[in-house]
Amino acid sequence: MGAADGGIAVSIRDLTKRYPGAPGPAVQELSLDVAAGEVVALVGPSGCGKTTTLKMINRLIEPTSGTIQVLGRDQAALPVHELRRSIGYVIQQIGLFPHRTVAANIGVVPGLLGWPKARIAERVAELLALVGLPADAGGRYPSELSGGQQQRVGVARALAADPPILLMDEPYSAVDPLVRGRLQDDLLALQAKVGKTIVIVTHDIDEAIKLGDRVAILAQGGVLAQYDTPDELLRAPADEFVAAFLGRERSLRRLGLRRADDVRAEPAVAVAPTASVAEAVDAADAMGAAWVVVVDRSADDRPAPAPDGPPVGLLAVADLRHRSRGESGGGAVGEGLDPERRPAVVDPTWPLREVLDAVLRSGCGAALVATPSPARCVITLDALAEALR
Amino acid sequence: MVAQASRRDTLVSWGWVAEHLDDVWSRTVEHVQLTVVALALGFALSSALAALAVRHRRTFAPITWIGSILYTIPSVALFGMLIPVTGLGFWTAEIALVSYTILIFVRNIVAGIDGVPAPVVEAADAMGYTRWQRLRSVELPLALPTIVAGLRIAAVTVIGLVTVAAVVGNGGYGAFILDGLDRDFPTPIVVGAVLSVLLAAAVDAGLACAERALTPWARRRGGAR
Amino acid sequence: MSAVALAGTVDLAGTVGLVGAVGLVGDVWRYLTTSSSWSGDSGLGALVRAHLWISLVSTVAATALAVPPAVWLAHRRRLPLLSVALVNIGRAVPSFAIVAFVFPLSIRYGFGLGFWPTCVALVALGIPPIFTNTYAGVAGVAPDVVEAARGVGMTEGQVLARVELPLALPLVLTGLRLSAVQITATATLGAFVGYECLGTPILQGLARGVAGRPQLVGGALLVIVAALATDAVIGRVIRRVVRWPSGLR
Repeated sequence: MGAADGGIAVSIRDLTKRYPGAPGPAVQELSLDVAAGEVVALVGPSGCGKTTTLKMINRLIEPTSGTIQVLGRDQAALPVHELRRSIGYVIQQIGLFPHRTVAANIGVVPGLLGWPKARIAERVAELLALVGLPADAGGRYPSELSGGQQQRVGVARALAADPPILLMDEPYSAVDPLVRGRLQDDLLALQAKVGKTIVIVTHDIDEAIKLGDRVAILAQGGVLAQYDTPDELLRAPADEFVAAFLGRERSLRRLGLRRADDVRAEPAVAVAPTASVAEAVDAADAMGAAWVVVVDRSADDRPAPAPDGPPVGLLAVADLRHRSRGESGGGAVGEGLDPERRPAVVDPTWPLREVLDAVLRSGCGAALVATPSPARCVITLDALAEALR
Repeated sequence: MVAQASRRDTLVSWGWVAEHLDDVWSRTVEHVQLTVVALALGFALSSALAALAVRHRRTFAPITWIGSILYTIPSVALFGMLIPVTGLGFWTAEIALVSYTILIFVRNIVAGIDGVPAPVVEAADAMGYTRWQRLRSVELPLALPTIVAGLRIAAVTVIGLVTVAAVVGNGGYGAFILDGLDRDFPTPIVVGAVLSVLLAAAVDAGLACAERALTPWARRRGGAR
Repeated sequence: MSAVALAGTVDLAGTVGLVGAVGLVGDVWRYLTTSSSWSGDSGLGALVRAHLWISLVSTVAATALAVPPAVWLAHRRRLPLLSVALVNIGRAVPSFAIVAFVFPLSIRYGFGLGFWPTCVALVALGIPPIFTNTYAGVAGVAPDVVEAARGVGMTEGQVLARVELPLALPLVLTGLRLSAVQITATATLGAFVGYECLGTPILQGLARGVAGRPQLVGGALLVIVAALATDAVIGRVIRRVVRWPSGLR
């Protein structure tokens, strides 16, 4: 296949598909580009032509008009079998050959391309490891595997001849949600390793957002409604249809795209429960922190320059200042802390959606970030809202 | 005369059987020959018809219609119609027998190919098989169980019909039956009938084994892991 | 003397070839349209009646013998393999053998020639398709439907009569059709054991060599017409009686 043209792996121009006798076109003058190494998700309601579009890329369906260029070459000009052998294809019902072993299934396209047996065997072993199947799976028949395992074999089979492009038609729709999540994670991990150009069709907007580097939303009749990165899509839907399709939890979904370490965290100072409120406020002002972490020193008797231990409370400095002005100076910081209610702690790798959940649970509007360093920091609700702007 | 009277009384005269063992053998050979030729020709012709029917769906209905008419025609009548044209003997019987197999074979071959799951066919296309490669490597092997089932039915049917072919100048077990009818003597009738059934059962069992041997994947059942 | 024995002595050079077949058609036509062929005790008219009569009797008998046990067993979902076995045996045992086999028995036990051996053989032939199809029809009724019927309080008999049998009717009639056609076709063999039917002109024609060709072909044609007509008539009846939408199957 020719070299990628300016990094564009698949270039679709004015693609149209009309079926005889149908009231309107299934796909209408669709134009979009898929960059090399990118995962593009095609989503939309049923009848929007997403699967038809996908199948026109490897000519399982012939376009009525328009062109598709694959890696710089017009795919209509290539002999169709040659085209298909250079594109991987994964479908919902998988379609493994029941009469061949798993190894033989994986080795189909290399066999068609004339690879020597030894090389095919090597490749099969490599792929089994890549998709997370045991090495002895090669000798089994598909009927002996579970649905999730068969899906993995399907992916391995599509990747066997190392095609630059992979097409996937609702590959995880038939699998139960738990397995689906795992398979999606595996695909992302795989993609990180092999960097293929992947076009994936799905009816699940969450799956599209999770897997896609860019997402194309198609409306009825194969019309392109919007084609953007997931974040952009969620931030600024192009029209009513896209907004409705994305649903009303757009900001929450956007939170799902970022991680805790992506967001501005504020410093907090650590104090022992026995410290007085005034002392705590002073320590916070000295650091310029707006939050105070009360740490439990009972397990550690050593005098330390800065108190350390498991957090038992998280308090806003503003609240403490208010307490200190009250009668008896507010007492000790540790007073009034509910022993059942520990501060929420989040991991830096967590998606922001889960951070939001923790912050909401905390009752004080902030969550502690778990870091190895003695310095403490928190993420507040404000910081989260700021991140979405 | 006395000997004849006693033979007529018993159903199976084992003495007669013992005397005629070479006949049993030669009749068996004739019967098998007639069967094998009919099945081979019938299968070849039907494969061509089935290939046509699969490629051009509209021919399927007419082909099965003709096949079922041929199947309905009573064997004796069909033989009778052919005799003025092809005389008595081998080819009269074969033409009739072949026509009986067409319906069975065509229906089963087409059903077999149709029975290959659509996702498997789609995957084969997507991977870059040519039509011919797809037929050879995917569709035919998967259609095999149904095709062999058709072969079993056809074989058993033909073996039964070959007995009637004796009426038009062929050998086979039917010759025993005719002989017995002719001479009012039950033993050859029983012998002919029993041998015919045994042959049919043996062939059926043999083909069933062949079918199992050809489909190793159907026997292995896995489960969720 | 058996006409069949004579068949073996026919002059094989007496085939007419495809060209001569044209002339033969004319002879057959003449044979079939001459009223003298049809009249008389052994005229074609009598033979056709005899052929249809024995076919009818055998079909009815086979139905009476096969349907009740099939329905009963299918209702209880018992012995499904019996159905399969019957079909296989029925296919493997050549009808010719059955007819021939019953013949000596019939003589021995005093039932004589002709009607009885043929009828017994035809009934034996006709039972498997009717049994198997009836069984499949009744057993094949969707279990939810049967359960629902029981659930509304129908007795077993009512479930059978009002639910299972009506739903099984298409298949039962199909079995009947298969049997009737097979019986009509095989009744021809009755001629071998002395029952005068449409097999008779075939055998006589065979025995008479070239001169008997019109008779042979004429008889064969009549049998074919009888078999096809039976198939068509019953097919028509089925279409008329059964008006289920195809979704019920």
